[in-house]
Amino acid sequence: MTETNGNSSNRLHGLWALTNRELKKWYKAPVIFILSIIQPILWMGLLGKALNIGALFDPASSSFPPLKLVPPLTTGPTGQEAQLLQYFGGFTKYVFGSADYFSFMAVGIVAFSALFTTMFSGMSIVWDRRLGFLNKVLSTPVSRGVIIFSKVLSATLRSMFQAGLIIVIALAFGLQFGQGFNPLYILGVFAVMFLLCVGLSSLFIAITIRSTRMETPMAVMNLITLPMMFASNAFFPTKFMPDWLQTVAKFNPMTYTTDAVRQLLIFATDWGQVGTDFLYVGIFAVIVATIGIVLSWRFLSK
Amino acid sequence: MSEIVKAEGLTKVFNKHLTAVDHVNFSVSQGEIFGFLGPNGAGKTTTINMLITILKPTEGKATVLGFDIAKQDAAVRNVIGVVPQEYTADEDLTGLENILLCSDMYGIPRRIAKERAEDLLKLVELTEFKHKKVQTFSGGMRRRLELACGLINRPKILFLDEPTLGLDVQTRTATWNYIRKLKQEYGMTLFMTTHYLEEADSLCDRVAIIDHGKIVVVGPPEELKHSLGGDIITIGIKEDADVSELIGKVENVKEVKKENGSYRIKAENGEVTAPSIIETLRKNGYNVAKLSLTEPTLNEVYLEYTGKSMRDAEESREAFAAQRMMMRRARQ
Repeated sequence: MTETNGNSSNRLHGLWALTNRELKKWYKAPVIFILSIIQPILWMGLLGKALNIGALFDPASSSFPPLKLVPPLTTGPTGQEAQLLQYFGGFTKYVFGSADYFSFMAVGIVAFSALFTTMFSGMSIVWDRRLGFLNKVLSTPVSRGVIIFSKVLSATLRSMFQAGLIIVIALAFGLQFGQGFNPLYILGVFAVMFLLCVGLSSLFIAITIRSTRMETPMAVMNLITLPMMFASNAFFPTKFMPDWLQTVAKFNPMTYTTDAVRQLLIFATDWGQVGTDFLYVGIFAVIVATIGIVLSWRFLSK
Repeated sequence: MSEIVKAEGLTKVFNKHLTAVDHVNFSVSQGEIFGFLGPNGAGKTTTINMLITILKPTEGKATVLGFDIAKQDAAVRNVIGVVPQEYTADEDLTGLENILLCSDMYGIPRRIAKERAEDLLKLVELTEFKHKKVQTFSGGMRRRLELACGLINRPKILFLDEPTLGLDVQTRTATWNYIRKLKQEYGMTLFMTTHYLEEADSLCDRVAIIDHGKIVVVGPPEELKHSLGGDIITIGIKEDADVSELIGKVENVKEVKKENGSYRIKAENGEVTAPSIIETLRKNGYNVAKLSLTEPTLNEVYLEYTGKSMRDAEESREAFAAQRMMMRRARQ
């Protein structure tokens, strides 16, 4: 058979072709490509700059009443003024762990953007079903697993590219790396993002693959994404949240991913914490990907 | 191997109670065009989906080129070609890119794939459009591209699910020619489903008429039509009386059925028999209000075996196809 029709016996054949088909829809369509980049920039610009929490406590610009009492500095701070300044200046550092809220927030966007990219990529399988493409592929020798992996892989590659881009853009907007930052740490960011995306996209594909309509999975996903976004440390540190919300955040893989990214980029890196983060995200990825892939596999070979 | 496809008691039950395909038996021989004819929901697509290993049969078995569709599904997929009902080509890719994408699904090395793609593009006369995005293709061109994609692995048998669904008459006839060419020039075996009577009649060597998941009759279209025993004369009279017996006595009349106030008459040599029926009726004081004479088509065959016409189902199907087209456009 092999020499007559040239078919390969490699079990992974078709994986790159299918993945690249997904990716082409993205990088070959400039509008979609640009929009997918603009969205995180908007979040960064609007949330990161609009919620300029640092400025609240800056004596020079804040209208916060206690700070008004501090007279404009003309000759350099006196003893008491210097103390106040130090106190309020240390405030953002104390709350967010970084010198400014923008850095805190911009890095939070990294994991957050993956949530959306993997979600939309999950939706694409609904189109593949509706338009018959999925059936077409199912009738070829491509293995069922490869079909699912190609979706996961394309979503993951897209998210990781976006993560890199967000970091570059955030740098232009004034992201400050932590002390002791090493460019190699970026690889760590990609590694943890890889784990998160594999988990998330498997989850979303398992949700969407049974559906021939957009509406149902959309509703389910909205239900999932909102708490995943806000019951995490992406925008605000969990330690100031109510107890019940802290508990939710503790089970949220977004929390660990974001923390890992922050530890690597803007905090004074605590390697023990990074290890814990990787462990949690890794466990999440393995469990969810296994469940997601098994469910999808079953569906495809019913 | 003369029997390319063999199905024995093939059955598919959805959700434990909806029987889409009900113990069908048939076989497809080497080099023939075998057609499944039936209205929407008759079980045609379900059957084809089982044969191309997308669906697992609930009961019964079938082999394609000797491979069991349930146990050796991977082997089946390697040797078959599929042209689905939908336009599955990627709109954002060019014609050539689409064919190469298909070739990757079979793991065909790029060098061989490119040669084959050129040949196939020539076969379906799309060579000059190969670098154009599929978005710009007409319905007929898309169909031809699907055909080319289905042939990339040099299949021994090609499965076509409603190959001309939603195409206008001219494009449909052109598509038929491509399908005939595959059979004549490449000796390919084709299994197709259709709900177009003319399509089954003009293309298929043998037709299986399927209704409610069951095959009601199988045979070459000519034979099926001939088996009806001649032409169909439909006659209506002005008087309110039953003249079945009277008509039945006319020479060459084989059968008379009263349906909705008119008479459906099976007769040999319809052109000669019809005037004698009119004469007999007139002699007995009845006035003929209307008369029609048809040579049997597959619709008559269908009517004979299922007791209903296929036309109604066909109309709803057209609406369905139009809706599908709209969806595809809405995507952009």
